[in-house]
Amino acid sequence: METAIEHKSPHGTNDKAILGFWIYLMTDLIIFAALFAAYAVLRGNTFGGPSERDLFSLPFVLAETMILLTSSFTSGLMMLAAHRGKKNQTIGWLVATFLLGASFLALELSEFSRFIAEGHGPQASASLSSYFTLVGTHGLHIAVGLLWIIVSSMQVARRGLTPFITSKLTRFSLFWHFLDIVWIFIFTIVYLMGVAL
Amino acid sequence: METKPAASGSPTLGGYVWGFALSIVCTLAAYIVTEIHINSAHESIPHEVLIPVILALAVAQLVIQLVFFLHLNKEAGPRWQLAVFLSTIGLVLIVVVGSLWIMQHLNYNMTPQQINDYLQDQGSF
Repeated sequence: METAIEHKSPHGTNDKAILGFWIYLMTDLIIFAALFAAYAVLRGNTFGGPSERDLFSLPFVLAETMILLTSSFTSGLMMLAAHRGKKNQTIGWLVATFLLGASFLALELSEFSRFIAEGHGPQASASLSSYFTLVGTHGLHIAVGLLWIIVSSMQVARRGLTPFITSKLTRFSLFWHFLDIVWIFIFTIVYLMGVAL
Repeated sequence: METKPAASGSPTLGGYVWGFALSIVCTLAAYIVTEIHINSAHESIPHEVLIPVILALAVAQLVIQLVFFLHLNKEAGPRWQLAVFLSTIGLVLIVVVGSLWIMQHLNYNMTPQQINDYLQDQGSF
């Protein structure tokens, strides 16, 4: 079902919507940059509590990173299937992306609850406040992405791969790739540098 | 999944596989280098080497994912995307570098003794 707002281009996609969404992602990038800056300034202010080295488990974080990276890959495969009009494959890769993303979030939430249970919650120190805010904001974005997958899968199942829905899937994949890119820097700056320094 | 010959710049299966594989390599490299650093009690790879290396790997993976996953290259149809991205990077640098610079100066210039001296001069005590 095509709507009046669609704009056909040589690519057959809604370029304006995609550019607009890209600009939104750039504002999101600025938010993350500000949270990173706050974290960089405050990470040493542990208020006598444990340093990151004592809290973080690198193998655990590596697993999270690999899972999220794979989900970014499967979202790419999803787009390939969508461009080829393969409805069931698209839904299949959406489900795969969801399962990987949900696993990532589950691991992250288990890490957070372990910290909180041991008394190292976001209110324990400036360092922990900035850590929970930065990583938590990323996790919140992931959660929204998971919700987006659920809704999109239902739409694809019911209406098929219309140009409008394909444009929406394109925007979702931009969002998901973006989140993995932000995670690269969380992995490097928060976890690797936290444990090494 | 069959692969059709694709127009330049448009996504292909090969592109995604390459992006995935190279990203894994960057991630594992950074992880292994950090583990070596920790396990050798910071001896075999000093901080001054480790930090630039893992940052370079992060930037490399960023570029890899931008090119292979987000298809952000010179040929990309909407050149606007690249332009907007570069302007954002500029803004990000101002925010991050500016914050770190200012906070470092504040940290250095505002020790409790300096604050006490200043307040005394002002006659607050």
